[in-house]
Amino acid sequence: MDFTLRKEHEMARSLFREFAEKEVKPLAQEVDETEVFPRGTVDKMAKNGFLGIPIPKEYGGQGCDPLTYVMCVEELSKVCGTTGVIVSAHTSLCCDPIMTFGTEEQKQKYLVPLAKGEKLGAFGLTEPGAGTDAQGQQTKAVLDGNEYVINGSKIFITNGKEADIYVIFAVTGMIEKRGRMMKEISAFIVEKGTPGFTFGTKEKKMGIRGSSTYELIFTDCRVPQENMLGKLGQGFKIAMHTLDGGRIGIAAQALGIAEGALERTIAYTKERKQFGKSIAAQQNTQFQLADMATKVQAAQLLVYKAAMAKANQKEYGFEAAQAKLYAAEVAMEVTTKAVQLHGGYGYTREYDVERMMRDAKITEIYEGTSEVQRMVISAALLK
Amino acid sequence: MKVVVCIKQVPDTKGGVKFNPDGTLDRAAMMTIMNPDDKAGLEAALRLKDQYGAEVTVLTMGLPKAEDVLREAIAMGADKGVLVTDRVLGGADTWATSQTLAGALRNMEYDLIITGRQAIDGDTAQVGPQISEHLNIPVISYAQKLTIEGDSVVVERQYDDRYHVLKAKMPCLITALAELNEPRYMTPGGIFDACKAEITVWGRADLKDVEDSNLGLKGSPTQIAKASDKVRKGAGEKVTLDPGESVDYIVGKLKEKHVI
Repeated sequence: MDFTLRKEHEMARSLFREFAEKEVKPLAQEVDETEVFPRGTVDKMAKNGFLGIPIPKEYGGQGCDPLTYVMCVEELSKVCGTTGVIVSAHTSLCCDPIMTFGTEEQKQKYLVPLAKGEKLGAFGLTEPGAGTDAQGQQTKAVLDGNEYVINGSKIFITNGKEADIYVIFAVTGMIEKRGRMMKEISAFIVEKGTPGFTFGTKEKKMGIRGSSTYELIFTDCRVPQENMLGKLGQGFKIAMHTLDGGRIGIAAQALGIAEGALERTIAYTKERKQFGKSIAAQQNTQFQLADMATKVQAAQLLVYKAAMAKANQKEYGFEAAQAKLYAAEVAMEVTTKAVQLHGGYGYTREYDVERMMRDAKITEIYEGTSEVQRMVISAALLK
Repeated sequence: MKVVVCIKQVPDTKGGVKFNPDGTLDRAAMMTIMNPDDKAGLEAALRLKDQYGAEVTVLTMGLPKAEDVLREAIAMGADKGVLVTDRVLGGADTWATSQTLAGALRNMEYDLIITGRQAIDGDTAQVGPQISEHLNIPVISYAQKLTIEGDSVVVERQYDDRYHVLKAKMPCLITALAELNEPRYMTPGGIFDACKAEITVWGRADLKDVEDSNLGLKGSPTQIAKASDKVRKGAGEKVTLDPGESVDYIVGKLKEKHVI
């Protein structure tokens, strides 16, 4: 086993790092303070191919592998968690299901502009009564002629109002499964501007405050039948498959946040003097930093392993769940310790670690809570 | 149109400069980057590619690992890379370097050669103009703007408090300033292609019309007496208050730091 990165991955990392330092970091604090979506940064990322990294070139993407994409989200999140999740939701939750389950026509019409960055993508599964329990879906799609009529709402949708193309899940009927009646869920591609598709309230969040998190409302929204993604009733499978990939993206975001907090804390503890010496000279600081760095490294290995599993295996849900669970919990722990080591300054908005601690929390919640990840992992162990 | 851009892999001086005991740069101990003026030259060439479909070839002389800077250029959009590397070329000063690059360029087709004004590890600004002399073509140095007019290039040449507008018929050589443009980033897909790209590698035997006496350490008239890092100042602080307030501010700062 060789842990050395290939040349292209080293070069890609240096590219993402340079871009993050020059284009993203200077805006991170302002994006957090003002809760304004960083459209200018997204346009620059689009121009440089960051919005289609793992998509094949014939569909407008960059033709790179999942590891390269993971490194992009990681490096962006190191300086700005908001920017990291914009790329993650677009790529993992919108491009990936269209790439995997879309028809050739759907790929040409929707995936190509998404991968080129001309359009931004989003994914709508969660509803007020359907978070972890996807069977709680209330949004319905009824076939009328050659169109599906969608009614219902979705909440907590990342890239909500800023996206152009949405992958939406809705109940299309009831089916019997193992003697029980279950909701039949299907997936649809819905374009912004479709009559009957509007936006509700914008969420005011603890962290990732520049990401546009909105409620999507569908009122007699008519979508052409050919916009069904995958087959009728395949929605649950598409959602679960998509979230397996999405979890690797969020794991990369969590990893980046943890790395960013660690970097800043190392620098701060070397500068900050108490009792006549830098706090880095105190053994408590040294031991805390050692633990933080070791956990960040372990998280990175799990995240990269999951990315490689996505590249090489048909199923990678187990690896994705482990990576997300661990990276998210490390992000929360490391950012909390980072604030502690910064002392009173760390509690102020002048220092990045305050924002990072708020940004880290969501990684334990969205795209499957840590509890869901434990369910996925233990189910695989005990099957 | 065929454009050749001469680029150099240089130590990243942002992290400080390290020297060997003999006064030469300890390149192994320093991170490397593409020389900033060369990068601006490459960007100018890539814009000619975008606008006129120019073919862009990047050329460098260096150790085998200088191949990295060629791959970076290809990841930005260059079409081909040529590395000139040979033990006998080591220790070259500007004279021997320009002789080497001219020897390589004699094997290549070009309408325009672009070099950076100067490299941040030597700051001589001699290699570009010397190449033009060896190849007997016109040179316009210190380009801050570059446009094409028919078979000529029109260049704004930076000059103290003004600039000169000069026109030269191609083939010619331009030396680029970092201020010429904002170089583009590599793209992720470009990186993957660049890592698969075949780099042309030339040695001494591939150089055309160059005497051995003009190559490598032996062909280098420059002798370095002593080299040292410059003393670094802090970032400083600019005060833009009116004069009276500025004085109060400065006095306050001096008191705060117990200077007065």
